[in-house]
Amino acid sequence: MIGHDALSQIRMQVMWNRLISVVEEQAQTLIRTAFCTATREGGDLSAGVFDPKGRMLAQAVTGTPGHVNSMANGVKHFLAKYPIDSMREGDHYITNDPWIASGHLHDFMIVTPCFHRGRPVALFSAIVHVVDVGGRGYIATCRQVYEEGLLIPIAPLIRAGQRNEILLDVIRENVREPTQVIGDLYALVACTNDGCKRLKGMMNELDLDNLDELGGYIIDSSREATLREIRKIRKGTYRYTLRSDGMDFEVDIVGAVTVTDDGIHVDYTGTGPVSDYGINVVMNYTEAYTLYGVSCIVAPDIPQNAGSLEPIRITAPAGCILNAPRPWPVAARHVLGHMLPDVVMGCLVQAIPDRVIGESGMTWNPHIRGGPSVVGRAAGDVDVSGLPEFDVFMINSGGMGARATKDGLSATAFPSGVRTTPAEATETISPIIVWRKEYRPDSGGAGRSRGGVGQILEIGGADNFPFVASVMLDKVRNPPLGRNGGRQGAGGHVLLRSGAELAQKGVHRIPRGDHLYLELPGGGGNGDPLEREPEKVVEDVLDELVSIATARREYGVVVREDGTLDSEATRRARAEIRASGSA
Amino acid sequence: MSLAGRGTGKARIGVDIGGTFTDVALERGGERFTSKVLTTSAAPEKGVLECLQLVLERSRTKARDVGIVIHGTTLATNLLIERKGAKTALLTTEGFRDTIEMRTEGRYEQYDINIDNPAPLVPRRLRLPVGERMGASGKVLRPLRDEEVEALVPRLRAHGAESVAIGFLHSYVNPSHESRARAILARRMPGLAISLSSEVSPEMREFERFSTACANAYLQPAMEGYLRNLATGLERAGFACPLFLMHSGGGFMTVETAIRFPVRLVESGPAGGAIFSSFIARQYGLSEVLSFDMGGTTAKICLIEGAKPQTTRIFEAARVYRFKKGSGLPLRIPMIEMVEIGTGGGSIATLDRMGKIKVGPESAGSEPGPACYGRGGASPTVTDADLVMGRINPNAFSGGAIRLDVGRATAAIADHVGRRLGMPPELAAFGISEMADEDMANASRVHAIESGKDVTARTLVAFGGAAPLHATRIAQKIGVRRIIVPTSAGVGSAVGFLRAPVTYEIVRSSHQRLSAFDPELVNRVLAEMSRQARAVVLPAADGRPMEERWSAFMRYVGQGYEIAVPVPKRPLTAGDGRLLLEAFEEVYRKHYTWSVQGPDVEVLSWTVLVSVQVAEEAQAPRPGAEHRPEPSGRREVFDPDQGRFVPFAVYRRERLAAGAVIDGPALIEEDQTTTVVSPGFQARIDAFGSIDCVRR
Repeated sequence: MIGHDALSQIRMQVMWNRLISVVEEQAQTLIRTAFCTATREGGDLSAGVFDPKGRMLAQAVTGTPGHVNSMANGVKHFLAKYPIDSMREGDHYITNDPWIASGHLHDFMIVTPCFHRGRPVALFSAIVHVVDVGGRGYIATCRQVYEEGLLIPIAPLIRAGQRNEILLDVIRENVREPTQVIGDLYALVACTNDGCKRLKGMMNELDLDNLDELGGYIIDSSREATLREIRKIRKGTYRYTLRSDGMDFEVDIVGAVTVTDDGIHVDYTGTGPVSDYGINVVMNYTEAYTLYGVSCIVAPDIPQNAGSLEPIRITAPAGCILNAPRPWPVAARHVLGHMLPDVVMGCLVQAIPDRVIGESGMTWNPHIRGGPSVVGRAAGDVDVSGLPEFDVFMINSGGMGARATKDGLSATAFPSGVRTTPAEATETISPIIVWRKEYRPDSGGAGRSRGGVGQILEIGGADNFPFVASVMLDKVRNPPLGRNGGRQGAGGHVLLRSGAELAQKGVHRIPRGDHLYLELPGGGGNGDPLEREPEKVVEDVLDELVSIATARREYGVVVREDGTLDSEATRRARAEIRASGSA
Repeated sequence: MSLAGRGTGKARIGVDIGGTFTDVALERGGERFTSKVLTTSAAPEKGVLECLQLVLERSRTKARDVGIVIHGTTLATNLLIERKGAKTALLTTEGFRDTIEMRTEGRYEQYDINIDNPAPLVPRRLRLPVGERMGASGKVLRPLRDEEVEALVPRLRAHGAESVAIGFLHSYVNPSHESRARAILARRMPGLAISLSSEVSPEMREFERFSTACANAYLQPAMEGYLRNLATGLERAGFACPLFLMHSGGGFMTVETAIRFPVRLVESGPAGGAIFSSFIARQYGLSEVLSFDMGGTTAKICLIEGAKPQTTRIFEAARVYRFKKGSGLPLRIPMIEMVEIGTGGGSIATLDRMGKIKVGPESAGSEPGPACYGRGGASPTVTDADLVMGRINPNAFSGGAIRLDVGRATAAIADHVGRRLGMPPELAAFGISEMADEDMANASRVHAIESGKDVTARTLVAFGGAAPLHATRIAQKIGVRRIIVPTSAGVGSAVGFLRAPVTYEIVRSSHQRLSAFDPELVNRVLAEMSRQARAVVLPAADGRPMEERWSAFMRYVGQGYEIAVPVPKRPLTAGDGRLLLEAFEEVYRKHYTWSVQGPDVEVLSWTVLVSVQVAEEAQAPRPGAEHRPEPSGRREVFDPDQGRFVPFAVYRRERLAAGAVIDGPALIEEDQTTTVVSPGFQARIDAFGSIDCVRR
């Protein structure tokens, strides 16, 4: 006879996998029914299941870190307002409060209780990015959150199967694209319903009354596994300051990571104050991206849940730009939020140098709009009355930082998990022409591993019509830095095709016949460039990712005009650089 | 000569080249003969000819009495995985040189910062920009200059390019620049293989279209060489019948079409498996089937609806990261839709950081193989777990050809899993098997969700060497009540080829908003597609009438995923916009329970499927009187429900006659596999010789 304990352990493992599969199904339903491009094409979403106490048990691997980890904390706020015993079957609660959900008004979060055998056994949650929330639109120049759009406090969207028509009307009348926004709220309902249906199927099959035992098992074993990984890291406090271009002034993000046997504490004391512009970050979003930075280098293969998140604590003084109080504007919170993993790595490189990556080039998301009401009155040089109104949000990525043993991925989103939209799709729905979308040579930071190269994006109006581009871009004045002796990647540039430099944050009118020309930053390098195998440099030269001049200057590798390596000259060049460096 | 060779006494042959084995199935006058040899990767036609010879001898058939040979193969897939295709160049629109390498700009795995994307089939130095540009409506924004294309010839020669793909932006709307560039290259470089994205995959979304065109170009020289050699070999061996190729969409096509579009051969072997399941569905009158094909390295799961496999228009070949979505080369072609996961008999079990058992995707393959093969493999596999649990007879595996070592299997499981979890090896073995089953069950469920379907009401058709061992457990997990294990399950794909219809499907993007429906444009597009598809099917139709099915892929404006809606097969009029809208909303409600009010509805692409129905040779049922056969023995087998070993009755399948009824727990052994009949299931040998297992 075999021990009951071992058998129940296998049962627990199987159920854990099943729970992860349930939330994955939930995420897929959201993607298939959502309207907003950011969610369905870009993967800007999250889905998870929680126990009735609000502890996260599993989250879908499909999703983006900012949503996922904010959701982990957000559910508790719902329970504080609507205690579990007051919830009924068929209830769905929503909010887009940035301080509860995902850091700006465009993200709506849902919580749905799941009932089994008459009792609430779990809560399903998900976040979707909607295309519009009214206000002044998706811009960084509002001075208060009130200008940024409609804020829905935690409220029932559906109560015991009855839709809250008043709430739906309020939303419908306050947003620019009501059918899409309401459609996205329905997508949230469809996905949590689906998750609940699957969970009940599992509980029936396995004859479970509740998830108490399973939840305890998941949380305990994840916490222990995370702690085991943390204890492998040398104890101490590690500090790093990352400078961002900011909006009105440059911002220093000051991080201190303390590693002890009990966990990791990330503190942002010393970080600059809130900005007058919407690049402020709320605490839950700060936690989300910081957690992501810690997880992906400390314990990448441990699933995210309340247990694995427990040993990681994050603090930031109230009033700093990473812990903005109400009612400061927060629409563009991702600009600084996305730099937090780089701060964490800047600290931890001192303890685990071979596990961090160079700083990354970020995603650059120009918001392109056109039509008479947008460019009309200022146009002057052209009759725009016949232009169609359009509005398109383009997701594009710079280079990822170099890994310890591998080059950074070129033109790849990090740390966010978003994807780009094909030029053909964009041109089919909007009157613009994407003239260029390709790698930007010589932009990857030099290193033993090279930073990923950025990209060049060139956009014109169809038939040369003028249009407007709103941009909130960073890493222009402060390019992504390298690690372990790796060099910085190339900073970004915001230009007109005709040559003029444009402000990196602002609203620009692109005149008739001209193009918006963006050079996206490259990732930072990792390790000494003089240690890079010359053959790899030659390959980069042959692929025109690195010029012959850069190969010589940064790597000390001499490549002949015919693309062959001059080994002797390379040896001399490297010796020369080393000598001048040490002098 | 008749296409099917039916009613003429002519034999029909299906040939499947897999990674390890080449299988042949021959049918004549209601009888079936099979043969199996090792795949000869260097010159695959050799293995095929050898295998054909064997089956001809076994069935006492002369080569000239064979009416048709239908062939499917994993060769194309393997060329992509192993990167053994031609040196390929890409001519592309200036400004888009890196589209196939930039991919989606996303990361398919969020937390692993060390992931890699698959290397592009064409390196950057061979991606040559051309200064031309087409607009989304097909208007020329920048004309193609002949001299610019001419100027690329020396570069192509210098790089030794063997094949060229041409992929220009919006060529699915206006292919004239691509055609022009081909004409110039063909004149200057005769004999060069050239693939146009507008012909290979005329659909919107440049990454997928260029990727598909590059794959086609990459495969073309090698596949053409192989197919010509095979055709010659068959002729020399005395075959006088036509040779057809199974395509990814589950139909077959001529050798000439296969040479032009070799990318359509990708996954043609597994497609045969899905056709096999569809045939079983038809034979039993089942409307919804879950096809479950589990072999040595992977498991393939496919949904069969109304005796037809589900189809898709996008597939990812050669995934580089645990079969994970997003980690492969996208191919946008009509495919049988299936999900493939790294769970096969040879999949290796390990423990993750939480001490959780993980199975696959790494596989022990056939060398060194599972630990129990005794060929030096030390890692525990699913087969080792099955052996330790008592499901496999160590002396009768693969017909006794490989003797399995229970001791080694037990040791491997104890060393790598059991001891670390503080479990005896039998229980660790159960843990491994259970995790593998759970992974397959989850993959089935998620796959069904992605298609908006439910799995529970289905019948599971199990084939491939490992499927019958795991089918009942998976059925329990997903709530399926009935399992069918057909005869010849070991060569399921080859048998499937013999059931395939002649079909060819063309998909083309042509954007239409229903609020501004333009019937004339749509009629023009559909008529052209119909003409092209008919031209492909005609040579294989053998005078039989061709049938057509038209559909539109539609969505609400603003959504990202389309659903297929049937289109009436006649010239459309302005009023048909309304009809399409109603049809769309009906299908949408079926998927997602509610439809959305307000947004306009758009059509992204249109498909035309031309097929020739092949009359099916009804296999005569041979029913037998119900009886309870005597087991040939008993064996202790671990039972998951009770968590301990219990005695299972053991039967040999070939000794069981129709009408035999066996209550679980029982094992039914045959040379290529063993069917586990769990407690709570009842198996019956039915009139077609299948094992029909029902949960009581």
